[in-house]
Amino acid sequence: MSTYKLSHLKELESEAIHIIREVVAEFENPVMLYSIGKDSSVMVRLAEKAFAPGRPPFPLMHIDSKWKFKEMIQFRDEYAKTHDWNLIVESNMEAFKAGVGPFTHGSKVHTDLMKTQALLNALDKYKFDAAFGGARRDEEKSRAKERIFSFRDRFHQWDPKNQRPELWDIYNARVHKGESIRVFPLSNWTELDIWQYIRLENIPIVPLYFAKERPIVNIDGNLIMVDDDRMPEEYRKKAKMMKVRFRTLGCYPLTGAIESEADTIEKIVEEMMVTTKSERTTRVIDFDQDASMEQKKREGYF
Amino acid sequence: MTTKLNISDFLDQDEKKDLLRLLTAGSVDDGKSTLIGRLLFDSKKLYEDQLDALERDSKRVGNAGDNIDYALLLDGLKAEREQGITIDVAYRYFSTNKRKFIIADTPGHEQYTRNMITGGSTANLAIILVDARTGVITQTRRHTYLVSLLGIKHVVLAVNKMDLVEYDQKIFDKIVNDYKQFVTPLGIPDINCIPLSALKGDNVVDKSNNMPWYKGPALLDFLETVHIANDHNLKDFRYPIQYVLRPNLDFRGFSGKISSGIVHKGDKVMAIPSGKISHVKGIHVYEGELDEAFSPQSITITLEDEIDLSRGEMLVHPDNLPHISRNFEAMLVWMDEKPMDRDLQYYIKHTTNTTRVRIDQIRYKVDVNTMEQSMTENLQLNEIGRAVFMTNKPLFFDPYKQNKSCGAFILIDPITNNTCAVGMIIDQVDASDLASTITQEDCERMRRGESLVSAEERAKALGQQGKLFIISGKNIASVREFSGILERRLFDTGHFAVVFDSKTLQVSGEAMVSLALSLQKQGIIVICIDSQNEITDIPTGTIAIQLSDEKTNDTISADKDRFTVFCQNISSAVEDVINIKLS
Repeated sequence: MSTYKLSHLKELESEAIHIIREVVAEFENPVMLYSIGKDSSVMVRLAEKAFAPGRPPFPLMHIDSKWKFKEMIQFRDEYAKTHDWNLIVESNMEAFKAGVGPFTHGSKVHTDLMKTQALLNALDKYKFDAAFGGARRDEEKSRAKERIFSFRDRFHQWDPKNQRPELWDIYNARVHKGESIRVFPLSNWTELDIWQYIRLENIPIVPLYFAKERPIVNIDGNLIMVDDDRMPEEYRKKAKMMKVRFRTLGCYPLTGAIESEADTIEKIVEEMMVTTKSERTTRVIDFDQDASMEQKKREGYF
Repeated sequence: MTTKLNISDFLDQDEKKDLLRLLTAGSVDDGKSTLIGRLLFDSKKLYEDQLDALERDSKRVGNAGDNIDYALLLDGLKAEREQGITIDVAYRYFSTNKRKFIIADTPGHEQYTRNMITGGSTANLAIILVDARTGVITQTRRHTYLVSLLGIKHVVLAVNKMDLVEYDQKIFDKIVNDYKQFVTPLGIPDINCIPLSALKGDNVVDKSNNMPWYKGPALLDFLETVHIANDHNLKDFRYPIQYVLRPNLDFRGFSGKISSGIVHKGDKVMAIPSGKISHVKGIHVYEGELDEAFSPQSITITLEDEIDLSRGEMLVHPDNLPHISRNFEAMLVWMDEKPMDRDLQYYIKHTTNTTRVRIDQIRYKVDVNTMEQSMTENLQLNEIGRAVFMTNKPLFFDPYKQNKSCGAFILIDPITNNTCAVGMIIDQVDASDLASTITQEDCERMRRGESLVSAEERAKALGQQGKLFIISGKNIASVREFSGILERRLFDTGHFAVVFDSKTLQVSGEAMVSLALSLQKQGIIVICIDSQNEITDIPTGTIAIQLSDEKTNDTISADKDRFTVFCQNISSAVEDVINIKLS
């Protein structure tokens, strides 16, 4: 009987597929939030798996803060096209036109307007009643407690003290009009699981994850890549070529690189196994305030 | 050593590891967070910057003196940090060379029973912590009961803080004995007791030199090797239809996760509830087709015949059917601040099937601390009871003990949409024949002429104790007035009383009292009017009231049962009787 046993990856895969199908069966208007990162790439593949040989009956939505790495945008458009996805791209154009950006307004204002607000506006605009996100519980302390089906009130707020009990694989998908559920199919995956799965399934990811010579400026100890000339001249002129890669992807001025030689998945994993820095450290925005992620989540940011 | 492996070999090996989901339960002071912190720390999965954050946090709110406070690594949310206690279920991940682990870390204190139930529902194994200094306490019993209720098959009793009792074997042995005595009736198949110190690291990852008398494995060693492959039910094929997949006119597949059992291409299958038979034409996954699939795989099945099948229905093997019924009994855990409302039709979600449900009866509730059963009309937050349910549509289920995934359900409040309760099905109940719950012993009692309804049950149901009043007096009008007012006031104060009058019953006083006594035994308050003034033999416990035309100094008190009442004072005397003799 011992052959009838799934490996942990297959078990996690099956769990995620079950979650994705459950949402499609129970909600009228779901959407998959697509951040272009490696976790999103895995989630998107799981969605493709869940409905094979058909297509997932929901769109992808990317909240473009207008400060993403150019390579991310290129990858996004390419992937959506070759894999036949309906892709929605939404931005806070009002704030963008007003010139909001991390260099001028700081990371907090930028994130609030260009990410959180943009997301909330988009969710309202399309009246999505369920939104998949690629968050994992092992990423950050406050995420360790989040349910797989995470209830949001009419104002998209999360109440960590008043979460619905979630048992077995029976998910409560009932919401009133205007309320919604954020769904995290990758809740139980770890960073290593994600890399393993990408390797096993040959899932394409943004090349920024792999080490390469890139123009880098050291800003307050963070290795920031010069991705366009919106970076102030005073920084740009200090740029040097360094062999770096990114452990997470976001807005380029807010995402620090690490020096690395890892240009294959195997090397990345090897580096990860011996490294002593957990992955979110390179996200500058985490340093804003204590328990900052929990604050952002309450406000509706993923 | 992994460093000797080349990374590709490591990854090839790693992806084949299996997954153990475990639950930890213990009180705030048992050192649970410290134990988990150490498992994570010693399995080298604590990254440096999490340690950095820890150092920063410790300075502000830490409560472990100069030591690293492992608990701070775990207690994520702000509110908890302020209270210094874990308030919700948190999930942790770590892996070793042999296995991957998911820990559901749940709080120990009583008001959060629902979180422990939440954390434990998917667990293969539970670690129950006790403090070596205090041993098995009420909370240990409660946690173990909940673990047995959830059907968790493997339990580790982690006797922590052995360093504080000088690693004394006698203390450990006593705790193990106490625990075994209490746990045996709960029927948990696999129980292991490990003496350890989370703070010092004894028997957590490495075997401790401080306890040479302990011959068993260290905790992590045990977790890595405990055999869980047989925990899944592979016998009973149950395939709840989750989603009907129709990408084009040529393909009509039924997607779902196999709840239990194994299915092969070509298998004869039955759709329920329709009873239609077909054969499995294909088992589809993204990569292609499979010859067989098993629980908990997510697949898509195509059938040889065009049969009607939709979400909530089920495919099974025709020679192995689940119960198909609208009536069943289950253990229910109430999870909502808002208590159970017996008049409400809740939603019930069982596998992929959602319908409405009425709670027909609560057989009893269980005190999680003492395991004692008592009668109740409804359940409140954190209460557990055995109840009978009646659904609008039939459910297709197995007893939870036999098949977790087809025996579990949740109740959803139709007004708030909250998950208000969760249940574990015991068995089906035939609506027309509740006698299916009558035991052999019950039959014996009936043969002896005894009632199956106990005095306590009646007292609970009626909200009163049976009582017999005998009212007498020369002036029959006063006697009737007193009896009439007493009956009315009893009714007004929520009592249920009947009035007997020997004259209108046309029986002797003696016969009336005998009849009244039998009713009193069944919880009824009986007021006997002794209109002939003939009752001399007054049974003990009866309240005898004599109406008098003359003033009297007699008062109504708790310590005696015979009173004389002045006929001008009837109303106030009735109030006194109710307040003093019936409260």
